[in-house]
Amino acid sequence: MQQMAKHHDHGHGHDHDHGHEEHEQLKVLGFWIFVVTDCILFGSLFATYAVMMHSYAGGPTGKELFELPGIIASTFILLTSSFTSGLAVLAMNKGKVKELIAWLAVTAVLGLSFVVLEINEFTHLVHEGATIATSGFWSAFFTLVGTHGLHVSVGLFWMVALMIQLKRRGITPVTRRKVTNLSLYWHFLDVVWIFLFTVVYLMGVM
Amino acid sequence: MWENIKQFASEFFVTGDPLIYGADVSIALTMIAIVFVLTKYKKWGWLWREWLTTVDHKRIGIMYLIASLLMLFRGGVDALLMRLQLAFPNMEFLHSEHYNAIFTTHGTIMILFMAMPMMFGLFNMVVPLQLGARDVAYPFLNALSFWLFMLGAMLFNLSFVIGGSPEAGWLSYPPLSQNDFSPGPGQNFWIWGIQISGIGSLATGINFIVTILKMRAPGMKLSQMPLFSWSVLSSSIMIIFAFPILTVTIALLFLDRFAGAHFFTMDGGGNPMMYLNLIWMWGHPEVYIVVVPAFGIFSEVVATFSRKKIFGYKSMVWALMAIAVASFFTWAHHFFTMGTSASVIAFFAISTMVIAIPTGVKVFNWLFTMFRGRISFKQPMLWTIAFIPCFLVGGATGVMLAVAPADYQYHNSYFLIAHFHQVLIGGVVFGYLAGIYYWWPKLFGFKLDEKLGKWGFWFWNIGFYVCFMPQYALGFMGMTRRYYTYGWDRGWADMNLVSTVGAFMMGIGFIFQVWQIAYSIKHGERDKTGDPWNARTLEWSIPSPAPFYNFAVVPTVKDSDDWWATKQAKANGTYKEEPVHLEPIHMPKNSGIPFIMSLFWFLVGFGFTFGWVWIAVIGFIGVFACMWVRSFQYDTDYYVPVDEVRRTEASLGRVL
Repeated sequence: MQQMAKHHDHGHGHDHDHGHEEHEQLKVLGFWIFVVTDCILFGSLFATYAVMMHSYAGGPTGKELFELPGIIASTFILLTSSFTSGLAVLAMNKGKVKELIAWLAVTAVLGLSFVVLEINEFTHLVHEGATIATSGFWSAFFTLVGTHGLHVSVGLFWMVALMIQLKRRGITPVTRRKVTNLSLYWHFLDVVWIFLFTVVYLMGVM
Repeated sequence: MWENIKQFASEFFVTGDPLIYGADVSIALTMIAIVFVLTKYKKWGWLWREWLTTVDHKRIGIMYLIASLLMLFRGGVDALLMRLQLAFPNMEFLHSEHYNAIFTTHGTIMILFMAMPMMFGLFNMVVPLQLGARDVAYPFLNALSFWLFMLGAMLFNLSFVIGGSPEAGWLSYPPLSQNDFSPGPGQNFWIWGIQISGIGSLATGINFIVTILKMRAPGMKLSQMPLFSWSVLSSSIMIIFAFPILTVTIALLFLDRFAGAHFFTMDGGGNPMMYLNLIWMWGHPEVYIVVVPAFGIFSEVVATFSRKKIFGYKSMVWALMAIAVASFFTWAHHFFTMGTSASVIAFFAISTMVIAIPTGVKVFNWLFTMFRGRISFKQPMLWTIAFIPCFLVGGATGVMLAVAPADYQYHNSYFLIAHFHQVLIGGVVFGYLAGIYYWWPKLFGFKLDEKLGKWGFWFWNIGFYVCFMPQYALGFMGMTRRYYTYGWDRGWADMNLVSTVGAFMMGIGFIFQVWQIAYSIKHGERDKTGDPWNARTLEWSIPSPAPFYNFAVVPTVKDSDDWWATKQAKANGTYKEEPVHLEPIHMPKNSGIPFIMSLFWFLVGFGFTFGWVWIAVIGFIGVFACMWVRSFQYDTDYYVPVDEVRRTEASLGRVL
């Protein structure tokens, strides 16, 4: 009661902040639910891939064309980027905005190298004669892996926007929520990649 | 040059049929009339400020409602054209391809562009008011959902005059929907119209889950939440699990058509049956997504008009949630004839029959609520009472269809057509109409005329049975769906003629309802109390139409049916008046971004539909630019000062 009275004495300034904080929490919950829907999206793509796994239609197989060393390298790059995005959140919790931006930048560079490696891999596959139109297997492969890559690219776009905002505004309830959601998204993509690496590449070359 | 333009135009615009030219002319005249009226009365600014940029859930709800009624008209005209063609044997009213286009657009529009927006309209109009909230959790996202739906629907409807309509059935089964058999843009319109509005639907699902879980008025436990809100929660949960599957499925179909992929093709290792599995993994939950909110509406209406608390509240909630879960385990009953193993078929047959249990529980609860109640037969209640026998028969024929061996006989016959129209019209349409009649005064401040409404009601109801009962028989007589004509020797003539008469009776019912709305705007009974039905839940505690901030003071909830309890306490003299303490109200600012971003999505869809990738690229750049701009906006809300709240309440006849 006393606290409420105090708010009124000081105008609404305090009250507003409190309202914001609550609203930002609401947005984190909504983002979690979005991640659930994204899980279903990838689940559908994995199921499609499982059905198409051996539909080579006389074309090349995964075993013939996958080059595991490159894939393992990009796996480590993505895993490291997940770690650095975690470090970014830790820096945010300590209130160090410069450190936060720096770790986000490292994450973005690692993410970008992952995307570049993936584009490289795709170009290589196309040169070897495996395109999306080659067979059911390659359609499913390019769609599943490409959708993940597209997610990573959108994440990069988002990360750049966020770094600019952090530079301008520092750590506020709003930017804090945004960083939280972004790191959630990034870890999620990491988890998807682990499944992808196992199901597509490891099981593909076995 | 001139020759090229002529060549292009003859392919770009749909030509050849006098019906199309008639539609072209009327569309052009309507557009000119709208532009003329807006310009003459200087209403462009008003349109932009009050509607195109609004984030108010009530206005968004109203726009959903208007859009869905327009789509009901278009889908209904499609239906009547089909019934005319089938009225007599050997009719030459529509040729076969035109008939294919019409049954395709009829199905797609009625489910995705009529039922879905009418449902979202009701979500928006009611849920925040019922929960004692000032808006949904994410008002901006809510506006974006609406505009994505709207422009998706517009893109789909454009196929009518430009490029040509889809012709591969409402779910576009491959291989028919592939390039080999459906060349041209028609099928792409289907893909992109649904894809764009589907993103909006998914966002709405997330929005309402968070709204219901987090925005309830202080004191309202989940176990006290009104049943309509429970049904919205159930429906939204199904949406977030089902719609991503739809997104993937039609994206894969698009890749087959656009990039030559081999997901569902006949060659190259593709598998058309996978499409059926995927689309029905979305499609079966989808029919529950639209019918469950109707169940919620009936629960509110039955309690209000029987003057009784709903019977078996807890079992109602369990039933809603059980349906949500079970809906994901029945999809394969749409293609028992696919020829999988007996155990798979047995699983899906039993899971389908299991759905009848929670549904039966609900029906009994409604009946027991009415039992010994003081029933008043107002319009919402009429539709509810009409629903029960209709849905009962529809449900029973559904169980018949679930009997797998027998389904080999009924499969894709008119028996099936009659069944799903009975549950979709008898369940969904009757339910939403009940909801619209019930909550109309809250949104607009007046009731819809009873007398005209009753004419509409009886035409709809009698027309329904006259139209669809003969179709059950026609199914047994061997008539399968999608026949565009038949001969005298089949013996189907009489039943088809009767069915056509019934369809036109429903059309007359709809005309009565349009007349009813137009009449009631001027002459309808005004609602001064805010509680015209003597109802039970929070939305009736505020004035009609509800002010833009909904609740001047956020209520504290102590009871289920809290408003009823308050009224009882006031009547008993046990109500303690608490001092009103007004505070500035936190509201979101309007934004033009949802509308503009959806326009760019429209460009994406339009570009891909015609294979003009550069237009799609412009669209994508626009979409990302909108996201970027929005991300940098921090000044997105404002406070309504206490004085303004007091003035607004006073103008609505409430003194605080």
